[in-house]
Amino acid sequence: MQGYIYPNEFELQWSLLIVLYPYITGLVAGAFILASLERVFNVKEVQPTYRLSLLTALAFLLVATLPLLAHLGHPERSYEIFMTPNRQSAMAMFGFVYAWYLMVVLLVEIWFDYRKDMVAWYRDSKGFKRWLYYALTLGSTDISEKALRFDDSAGRWITIIGIPSAFLLHGYVGFIFGSVKANPWWSSVLMPVVFLFSAIVSGIALVLLLYMITTLFRWRPINMACLDKLAQFLFYALVVDFSLEMLDFLHRLYESEESIEILSQMIQSRLFLSLIVLQILLGTVIPLVTLGLFSPGLKRGGFVKVRPEAKQLVYLACAVLIQIGIFSIRWNVVIGGQLFSKSLRGLTVYKVEFLGIEGLAMTLGLLFLPFVILWILVKVLPPWTDQEVGRLAKATG
Amino acid sequence: MSRESKITEQHERSDAVQQLDRRQFLNEMAAACGAATPLLCAFVRLPATQADAYEPTEHYYGMGVDPAKCIGCGRCAAACKIENDVPAEPHFVNTWVERYVIRAGGDVEVDSPNAGIEGFSPLENEQGVLKTFFVPKLCNHCDEAPCVQVCPVGATFMTQDGVVLVDDQYCIGCRYCIQACPYGARYLHPEEHVAAKCTFCYHRLVEGLVPACVEVCPTEARVFGELEGLPTPLNRFIRFNTIQVLKPHLNTKPKVFYANLDGEVR
Repeated sequence: MQGYIYPNEFELQWSLLIVLYPYITGLVAGAFILASLERVFNVKEVQPTYRLSLLTALAFLLVATLPLLAHLGHPERSYEIFMTPNRQSAMAMFGFVYAWYLMVVLLVEIWFDYRKDMVAWYRDSKGFKRWLYYALTLGSTDISEKALRFDDSAGRWITIIGIPSAFLLHGYVGFIFGSVKANPWWSSVLMPVVFLFSAIVSGIALVLLLYMITTLFRWRPINMACLDKLAQFLFYALVVDFSLEMLDFLHRLYESEESIEILSQMIQSRLFLSLIVLQILLGTVIPLVTLGLFSPGLKRGGFVKVRPEAKQLVYLACAVLIQIGIFSIRWNVVIGGQLFSKSLRGLTVYKVEFLGIEGLAMTLGLLFLPFVILWILVKVLPPWTDQEVGRLAKATG
Repeated sequence: MSRESKITEQHERSDAVQQLDRRQFLNEMAAACGAATPLLCAFVRLPATQADAYEPTEHYYGMGVDPAKCIGCGRCAAACKIENDVPAEPHFVNTWVERYVIRAGGDVEVDSPNAGIEGFSPLENEQGVLKTFFVPKLCNHCDEAPCVQVCPVGATFMTQDGVVLVDDQYCIGCRYCIQACPYGARYLHPEEHVAAKCTFCYHRLVEGLVPACVEVCPTEARVFGELEGLPTPLNRFIRFNTIQVLKPHLNTKPKVFYANLDGEVR
């Protein structure tokens, strides 16, 4: 502790779990927006990642509520958010935004996209799997040309609704923080927009990572055109994201409101590692420069030409750094916003505990869980577009 | 029969007559009342029911604080902890006292050791002190309370008499209200796991009493009362002092009014 803090500010209210929540929803929104690119804007190169993105978004969305639930003082009363929401409250909208996104957008889009394959798998399998796939088709086994045309058109419409919904989902999370006028670190109209673009960055980086890793484990060649396109989008999203963050930073500095002194102190001491080193230097500037040089973002083929294997390693390193950077952004927003007193006269400290419901172990567990869910989803609904799956679908369809 | 025994007999007889009369009188009255009660109730509000019924719409509360009168004894903060069963640990308080020390160069030092409950130890360095004063703090029961706005389930609400309360049977413990409060007036109750805060001692208000902190203040640094109606003590306080509220730029419309507050107080 340093300086003066109000007596009730000694305990930090939102801990590591609340850092995890915007991180996970960001990945959901980002992965979905990437999938939408292929579908709505017909970006053929990223097609190998389309279904993987959708399943990734679903896996992470299913986990997104858990850190919130674990954090509540009375999780058994959480249903009250649905039953008696306070319509003035930004947080009360959470249930509806979440339910809309899960039920109306993501599940429906995945269902329409997979229906033809699910029917094929249902006809091709025996025993439990046969019934599982039949249940998943919801009894709709018509795969006539007309029915498939309808699937395609419905999927496209859902995606068109889905893009603003994904924007809503994560912009809304940013709004929860940005609308707290009591907190000068959070209170910013840019917050939802910054959240959104950092979400897109994190989502693309995650899908890029997953695509590379899964392809590697399946002993398939990596589609370099797809990877280049992903890197290109990643670069563009990162440029916008970084510009917005710098705009926010400059705006605060130039306005120099009464909070500027304590916030500067906080950045120089408490947040130096997580903000200056991890978020800006390692998580943004280095990947930005690297992608600018290696990806086709600025010049076809990139400024620096290397063998595809080397390029893959460069992309992999960038994606990992970006994930660290985005997690740091969430940390700096959530924890940073509570490290200074609202009296603007002092700083407090946050010590992460290892065990306990809000500890590091729980956080790592919740971070690992989506990958387990994704693994199951991939087993049930293989997202691969290469020959094996295609042949199966063709033979039975 | 002696004179004394005569007198005694007379007394006993007259007592018996009196007792008989009293008994008769009471019986008759009871019968009469029994018959008249429905009639009476129809026209007269009985004093007993009047005392039970607290009518929140007839009140609108606020508090005035005069930092110049505060001696930093911390009795208010101590009384509050006892009256409201606030957790004994130092970092859960409904009200607290801050000490400001402003030095000639403009340096400001603020402290509130254990919320000021044990008072304040003398200044270690008294050189160059321009001025020093105490400021009692509590929930401002804002008319535009951010905590009420953000509560996702409506567990935090404002009563008709202007007091911001938390329904502890309903609060889900998300802590958004604690984040939204600009004054650090809220905390999560460590045992109940719900948001907690100053209630203006609502349980006392409905009994016609003032909040405990006001009751125990030896210098009358806190004035509690009605905001509506001109001649109330609180409105006289507001009328005869230059009034400031905390963080007015946030437009929360606090109902705790400070007299002649120093600009350094946040």
